[in-house]
Amino acid sequence: MAASRMYLSISPHIRSKISTTSIMLDVIIALLPATVAGCIIFGLRSLAVVAVCVLAAVASEFIFNHIMKKDQTIGDLSAVVTGLLLGLNLSANIPLWQAAVGSVFAIIIVKCIFGGLGCNVVNPAITARVFMLIAFGAMAKVAFPVSVDAVSSATPLELIKNDATPSLIDLFLGKKGGAIGETCTLALIIGGVYLIARRVITWHIPVTMIATVFIFSFIIEDFSFISALSWTMSGGLFIGAIFMATDYVTSPSTPLGKIIFAFGAGFITVVIRFYGTYPEGVSFAILLMNIVNPYIETLTKRKIFGGREK
Amino acid sequence: MSFYLKGVHIPHFKHTANLSAVKMTAPKYVSIPTSMHIGAPATPIVKVGDSVKVGTLIAEQNGYISSPVYSSISGTVTEISDMLLSNGKTAPIIKIESDGEMTVDESISVPVVDSKEDLIAAIKKSGIVGLGGAGFPTYVKFDTDKPINELIINGAECEPYITSDSVTMVDRIDDIVYAIDIITKYIKIDKIIFGIEKNKQAAVNTIKSAFKDRQNVEIKTLPTLYPQGAEKVLIYHTTRKVVKIGELPIDVGCVVSNSSTIAEIGNYLKTGMPLIERCITVDGNIVKNPKNVIVPIGTPLEEVFEFCGGFTDEPKKVLYGGPMMGIAVPYLTVPVLKNTNAILAFNRTEAKVAKTTACIRCGACVNACPFGINPVAATKALKTEDLDGLEKSGVELCMSCGCCSFACPAKRPIVQNNKIAKETLLRLRAKEAKA
Repeated sequence: MAASRMYLSISPHIRSKISTTSIMLDVIIALLPATVAGCIIFGLRSLAVVAVCVLAAVASEFIFNHIMKKDQTIGDLSAVVTGLLLGLNLSANIPLWQAAVGSVFAIIIVKCIFGGLGCNVVNPAITARVFMLIAFGAMAKVAFPVSVDAVSSATPLELIKNDATPSLIDLFLGKKGGAIGETCTLALIIGGVYLIARRVITWHIPVTMIATVFIFSFIIEDFSFISALSWTMSGGLFIGAIFMATDYVTSPSTPLGKIIFAFGAGFITVVIRFYGTYPEGVSFAILLMNIVNPYIETLTKRKIFGGREK
Repeated sequence: MSFYLKGVHIPHFKHTANLSAVKMTAPKYVSIPTSMHIGAPATPIVKVGDSVKVGTLIAEQNGYISSPVYSSISGTVTEISDMLLSNGKTAPIIKIESDGEMTVDESISVPVVDSKEDLIAAIKKSGIVGLGGAGFPTYVKFDTDKPINELIINGAECEPYITSDSVTMVDRIDDIVYAIDIITKYIKIDKIIFGIEKNKQAAVNTIKSAFKDRQNVEIKTLPTLYPQGAEKVLIYHTTRKVVKIGELPIDVGCVVSNSSTIAEIGNYLKTGMPLIERCITVDGNIVKNPKNVIVPIGTPLEEVFEFCGGFTDEPKKVLYGGPMMGIAVPYLTVPVLKNTNAILAFNRTEAKVAKTTACIRCGACVNACPFGINPVAATKALKTEDLDGLEKSGVELCMSCGCCSFACPAKRPIVQNNKIAKETLLRLRAKEAKA
């Protein structure tokens, strides 16, 4: 006879193995090479900064959910990703309390009060970075590699602006001044390849954004291949293009939309770098494109198969 | 427009792909619903106590979009009651207790077909409906004055587990060839196209060699991508024709029919035996011996599972059809229908419904949809009952194939939302038309 009560859910009865948590875990794995490289280049204090950011991010989301009597969401690991990304975007010698404040700002102000994951308008880590830049001048006091003689007090971007280009190998390996996770281009590329291979992201945003910066730098620098490469591998371009601009929530979902979004971000980066007062423009560029993202989405939505002509 | 529409790569689980169909022993009883097709339920013409034989008409066609129902065993009618259908409506169901003889009705005779009208009348009388799942009365598709450019035979079988169509294509190739010969003799059709996913090589080879000297028959091997067998997807992939919202395949000169349906037409034209049994795949993670079984229509699922060695664990979810579009049933006593192509049983681990989390706007649903529907926009428009927003989202086209829900990392009930959005759209449009 009929067995005990059976499940009567609606189709489909199978789901893909990919979940929000698995996606976030992949992003964390992809950021590990850059984290390790940052610790090697800037010393163990980097680890403390990153740890404080991650802990503060998770704790603030936990406490917010608890106070607001919402379902606990720290298990989706998105707070870990935000904390980790923010930490990697900070200088190794930043006061730890400032790092913690940045994380709390990212989670509470940028994400939670807009309704949590998926409802934020702009990327939390990027916005917190910009907030800290303005509030603490966090980027002004950039750390320098412990392994390198601190002969210079300028970041690569400032050096390039003064025509004192660091060697391309140093730029590629990350032996230069900058934020913890942004300097080692090699480690960031490894992470990006992993994310594309795991189909967490597609190539459209990182490749378009990096290529845009390269091409415009190439033109502005009188077609100097070396200068253009130096501009491309300096600052936060790779970490921004691979990890921040590809945030699902704040970037377009169609290939064409992604290309437009990334082109815009790359273009604004170049404009700020060459003609702005700040040496670096990646964060501002992505933030501005986050804001126009809904319009890009509307403009580039997929054509409906056999749809009505409207 | 891209060459292939989007879809999702799903696990295959085609465990029974090389297992020829075996005939099941006669069940102790059958419960035959009068509604196993799209359209009005058939009208019962037997009474409790009547004795019936294999192939006896027990309910006659009621209206144009309807289909007659025949007894699948010999025995006595013991009960005629109302049955709750999966769409919430009720229809009579006829219970017949077997006498164990399987005596064939004397009235069964080979139909005489000399014209298009004869052929359509024969398919109508055979009780054949779309065996792939939809259950649309087959004769209606051919009963048209519009020109038929292509008859597309659907052998895509894109759902996991199910192999009954591909096995039927191999086992019953003679019936298929016979049906195609008669159909093309009396109905003007420019081209016959078989659409088969490329992982069904045995079926592709069988069809190829059977039709190798026919100019008007083409075999298209299609990528193994769900939902390859969906009508509009198959039409586009085999002919590049687009069936627009509100149109039928015949509006672009196409008729699509499932391969098993064609085999059944061949069998009827040869023998005169109406649709009283069919091949179904019996599988799922707790079925002891997964098989392809030829089952009398109306057989309770539990008897079919028993025939396949029973369960290795307690069944917690049992499906009519595949895991992407199949319907979960409440009891094991429900009968095999004309349009049941598989029955699958799963234990608690497989049956569990994943926990839903917040939408992260990743676009996986939009990118998985073959038709480019935007479920996120549909859900948003649904909340405010915004007719324009619902129309722009394209949700009207949703065929519940399940790609969006499958792909969603947040495990959101997208198909369910789309169904509600679609209903709401139709309701709002009707309201607007009235105003």
